[in-house]
Amino acid sequence: MADRAQPLGLAGWTGIAATVAIPALIALTATAVVLSAEGGRGLSAADWAAIRFTLWQALLSAMISVGLAIPVARALARRQFLGREALITLLGAPFLLPVIVAVFGLLAIFGRSGLLNNGLVAIGAQPISIFGLHGVVLAHVFLNLPLATRLLLQGWQTIPAERFRLAASLDMRAGAMFRHLEVPMLVRAAPPAALIIFAICTTSFAVALTLGGGPRATTVELAIFQALRFDFDLTRAAMLSVVQLAITGSLALIALKLARAPDFGKGFDRPAKRWDVDDAPRRILDGMFIAAAALFLIAPMAAVFVRGATNLAGLPDVVWTSAGRSLLVAALSTTLVVSAGLFTSIAAARLRSGAVWIESAGLLAIAASPLVVGTGLFIIVFPFVEPARLALPVTALVNAVVTLPFVLRALIPAVRDAEASFGPLADSLDLKSLARLRLLILPRIRRPLGFSAGLAAALSMGDLGVIALFADPATATLPLQLYRLMGAYRMDDAAGASLLLLSLSFALFWACDWGGRRGA
Amino acid sequence: MLELKDVKLVLGDFRLSANLAIDGPGVTAVIGPSGGGKSTLLSLIAGFQLPDEGRIFWDGSDITDLTPGARPVAMLFQDNNLFPHLDSLSNVALGEVPVARPSQDTKERARDALRKVGLSGLETRKPGALSGGQQSRVALARLLLTKRPVILMDEPFSALGPSQRRDMLALVKELLPKATILMVTHDPDDARESMQTAVVSDGYVSPPRDTVAVFADPPPILDAYLR
Repeated sequence: MADRAQPLGLAGWTGIAATVAIPALIALTATAVVLSAEGGRGLSAADWAAIRFTLWQALLSAMISVGLAIPVARALARRQFLGREALITLLGAPFLLPVIVAVFGLLAIFGRSGLLNNGLVAIGAQPISIFGLHGVVLAHVFLNLPLATRLLLQGWQTIPAERFRLAASLDMRAGAMFRHLEVPMLVRAAPPAALIIFAICTTSFAVALTLGGGPRATTVELAIFQALRFDFDLTRAAMLSVVQLAITGSLALIALKLARAPDFGKGFDRPAKRWDVDDAPRRILDGMFIAAAALFLIAPMAAVFVRGATNLAGLPDVVWTSAGRSLLVAALSTTLVVSAGLFTSIAAARLRSGAVWIESAGLLAIAASPLVVGTGLFIIVFPFVEPARLALPVTALVNAVVTLPFVLRALIPAVRDAEASFGPLADSLDLKSLARLRLLILPRIRRPLGFSAGLAAALSMGDLGVIALFADPATATLPLQLYRLMGAYRMDDAAGASLLLLSLSFALFWACDWGGRRGA
Repeated sequence: MLELKDVKLVLGDFRLSANLAIDGPGVTAVIGPSGGGKSTLLSLIAGFQLPDEGRIFWDGSDITDLTPGARPVAMLFQDNNLFPHLDSLSNVALGEVPVARPSQDTKERARDALRKVGLSGLETRKPGALSGGQQSRVALARLLLTKRPVILMDEPFSALGPSQRRDMLALVKELLPKATILMVTHDPDDARESMQTAVVSDGYVSPPRDTVAVFADPPPILDAYLR
């Protein structure tokens, strides 16, 4: 074909540079940890325990999340009730929720002096402890049950309504319907959902940091953190990073083959009309599943609001300054990832044949554990600079790398659409470089651009990972400050800080998303 | 004068060959069955596609290697002719200079062009708030600002009804008297309004001839198409 390829232009070349920079950064940090790991003493018993715990808690979290999501998604798929849309929207919220805030909310319900234990004590039962394996799994289920439910709900909606009608006309009962229609769908939809959640749980540092710990509940990432911060054992940190790299890398490879990223933008239709499940016992059962799931998700958040509201005004100055730092990090990281994502998408849209490679290079960031990238950067900069001085820029950079896959998922199709529909017109008008960006690309991709900026800002705002490796008290961000308040049992201040962090994260998301929607 | 010398293009199973010269100004209709190569011919002249063989000339200078934006060619597409996020005035101003902020002078000329196509007062409307006929007029106003001598139209008014289409054609001829215009159409009535007509079929472009003569004694391909 002699179809004229569009010249890459400055924007395209910038995109190519960004595409190369991400794998290069990951490779650089990986090389740094591998080189430092050499001459290590091999893995100790404690290291093996950390590996076992990492995989075991991730497996439990994935199984329980998906297992509970099946009845909840089924109930949502076949019931129409007031608030259904709101509940489904709410299922998207934990993705934006700062993990440390979720942990605070869970502590308020399930913690030592939380609602549940107060109740148990009141009826004379033994209080339960949220720390250790079950605490980690509880938090992971809280954070991932909504994701699993959304993924399975999408699965239910792929079953055509005609099939249900056909089954009804064959007079199938609910049991037969489940076997013939729903089980085959679950066989397809559940394993990828479980795999995504398994992968997320192997790199969820903040949960392990707050609820894990000790010889029996330490993940590999937590062990890396402890080796760096407490023992100052660079070699051990590097060796564990190689282990973590192997875990996330192999999972990402499987996940890329198996699963699609969840579709956030997509609306959920009305439930399919069903004839087999209209009896009272099934209605009550479905209602109970929905109510239980809603209570489990809403109660911890409600606790953050109730306890936080009274403590917001009296927050110490140090919390407010850390909030300022977090906003700075979020702004920096969002600017970075949105520009990189934009230019990469432009390059992908223009280089038709190379687009697949560009896309996969960006998605490679999924395979990187932020903590490992952070450890690599720590090892690289440590001989030259005091790491705490770089805490904020490094956190912004790593956050940008980690959110790039989400941004690319949103922007590449949008830029491609804009070029496909209006590219010829822009070509014939000789719209080039900046004018093309301002007159064609940016106006056409406002919505996904705003959405991805919001996503990046909220995720960066709430991130508690790399910052814990690098920061000292003078450079703490709000999530880290909140962690410290909780560690010092200053629960009133922690409640106020939780509400502040929660509000800022959602406000950032909402503001960017609204900016994209306005006038689009 | 626009010349295509021994131009050949292969797209999978489809081959197009063209050898023609169009001496402007005036409208040349390009007519023929769909899939015959009408739009491909326009793409070659506009520079969206590059020929495998042959050269394209404008007034003697070779334009084959120029990008679409650098050619002396303006184009009216079948759809997506206007940026939906820009108002009429900004869309029209883009015909003169491809910049985000046009000068006051350019804006003044754009306003004037909108007046000529009968759209005074609609300068701040976006395409979504205009009827199909009004959108066509905005696109035509943009052509008035372009300094490009060749204008390609790919079934430009196919979304309009017959009488509106005739009005638009008359307006094109009235407002762009000096332009060399190539207009793809599948409607013989549109073609009859043109100065000369080229028939394109099965990848072969017949040299344009006087429209009246073509329709008085149609070649077999056109005859089959008209029946």
